[in-house]
Amino acid sequence: MLTTVQDCGRYGFQRFGVPVSGALDEFALRFANALVGNDDGAAGLEMTVVGPVARFLADTWIAVTGADLSPKLDGEPLPQWRATRVSEGGELTFHGMRDGMRAYLAVAGGLDVPVVMGSRSTNLKARFGGYEGRRLEKGDVLSALPPRGEDGPVPRRLPGGYIVPTYGESHEIRVVLGPQSDAFGPEAIATLLESSFEISLDSDRMGYRLDGPVINHKQGPDIVSDGNPPGAVQVPGDGVPTILLADRGTTGGYAKIATVITADLGRLAQAVPGQTVVFKEVDVEEGHRLIRENEAILTAIESGPPAAEKSLPILSVVVDGEPYEVVDEEGKPVASSEAGDPASAKRHSAHAEVGGQAYDFEVEIRRDGESRT
Amino acid sequence: MYETPLFLPAGDQALVVELGDAIDAGVNRRVHDLAQRVEAVEVAGVVDLIPAYRSLLVQYDATTTSLAALQSSLLKLCSDPGGQPLERPRVVHIPTLYGGEHGPDLPYVAEQCGMTTDEVVRVHSETEYLVHMMGFTPGFPYLGGLDERLATPRLATPRQEIPAGSVGIAESQTGVYPFASPGGWRLIGRTPVTMFDPVGEPPSLLAAGDYVRFTPLQSENDYAEVRGRVESGEFQVTVTAKQ
Repeated sequence: MLTTVQDCGRYGFQRFGVPVSGALDEFALRFANALVGNDDGAAGLEMTVVGPVARFLADTWIAVTGADLSPKLDGEPLPQWRATRVSEGGELTFHGMRDGMRAYLAVAGGLDVPVVMGSRSTNLKARFGGYEGRRLEKGDVLSALPPRGEDGPVPRRLPGGYIVPTYGESHEIRVVLGPQSDAFGPEAIATLLESSFEISLDSDRMGYRLDGPVINHKQGPDIVSDGNPPGAVQVPGDGVPTILLADRGTTGGYAKIATVITADLGRLAQAVPGQTVVFKEVDVEEGHRLIRENEAILTAIESGPPAAEKSLPILSVVVDGEPYEVVDEEGKPVASSEAGDPASAKRHSAHAEVGGQAYDFEVEIRRDGESRT
Repeated sequence: MYETPLFLPAGDQALVVELGDAIDAGVNRRVHDLAQRVEAVEVAGVVDLIPAYRSLLVQYDATTTSLAALQSSLLKLCSDPGGQPLERPRVVHIPTLYGGEHGPDLPYVAEQCGMTTDEVVRVHSETEYLVHMMGFTPGFPYLGGLDERLATPRLATPRQEIPAGSVGIAESQTGVYPFASPGGWRLIGRTPVTMFDPVGEPPSLLAAGDYVRFTPLQSENDYAEVRGRVESGEFQVTVTAKQ
């Protein structure tokens, strides 16, 4: 069991050789924090493959995001990507990895561990930060900070029409070439962009090693050591690429053929060893566009309506790739959505998720004023 | 040294500013000067900096700056060093006990170099070493400037554990281990000073761009005395301005 306290990472100390650390799927952690009304930089738990058994010693709000590790609250399936009220004595358990491998738990107020060099993230290797600089163990008791709102936490809802991430078994990961792509010939670049790679078992929070065709350098693997950016795909002498993640060393001496874009770093960290990865080249501007898109989603949660005390199961309907609004018999929205192009009296295949359960069915869609049923 | 800096995108949240292509004290000085200026003028969107041998990695927040804006600010700082004068670099004096159990490889190094152990200590402690960059572990300095006569190959089989504070030589590099760790450097001495303390302010004794001088301690007693003062928080390393 690898469960650690993480926030968005430790910045300003990389010049002293201090790794950034922080949630590998930062988007999922920030999402969870936004749902329970926390500050963006609040600390939560990163739970890997096998989650903990967590007992709550006080009433609070929680949100679990990221991987689906089959969470249950007091024995009932816990819907992910939404805020849920937990009572004192409540027990959160996990019952098996179904999709992705890192789940995030945010608790209203955020976890209260000492701030070390500006961050609450755990640095496992140097043994500082987080909870006593280590992974959580049975019997550890963590506290939460007071919630931000004056009258207690203000949990938030999912943005209308938002379809929560799922991760699957094969992953298309977008990269920007460089900073040392010129250390590689066209064949090596083609190998990177046109092959499929398998995530090695020899992967951890520092980096993902990729099994597959080796990538050859023009001259050799060594460069004059320089800074390691997040997501760098470095290629050492054996030609086996490694993608550098949050616990990476701050500097390195191997040529970096490409760098994973920010928006795909979290999805990559959800890829399980043995699953496949293919790379797609994009430019920096595309990466920035996707960063802004994700920021807009997080802002929409933070500025959106508060969650109801007893929220309904989330129902999202996607028809031919387009999200649709769903209303109940009284015409009240079950989940709101961005308006798509109306289709009239036509049968479609549809996929719905209710309370974490997935359903596939056929649906007839007809135009009815501004809503589609 | 390049005529104009190279800007190499390193993904969508970092940019490498490369000033040269070799390990060179002059190029490295420029890297630290640039880092200092980026901090001084608070270039918009900059989240973190990693100065290295011949380049500066600038990590930025794409929601508050664009690549073009960042690049143009950095280029301006490279080509127009005007504005505030830079601080003179620090020289950090690190008390070190050479030889004995703290520097078990000192006799080997002396033999390799055809010197006496006293000569090795004299040459090693007379040099001001430039901290080209930090990395490998928190607080580990990559020092440049080792006298070529002292270059010694690494151990064929690395030691399982090297004590924190060990001062060693590997090929043409010298350095200090901030934490106990495995390693293959030839150990010539050890400092009682704490190189890195996560809750210290600042956490790292050294910063990239500093100079280091190793000051020989005369005896085990001196070592123990300094270590005692380090542990009680009374010891301050000597820091002077680079002449």
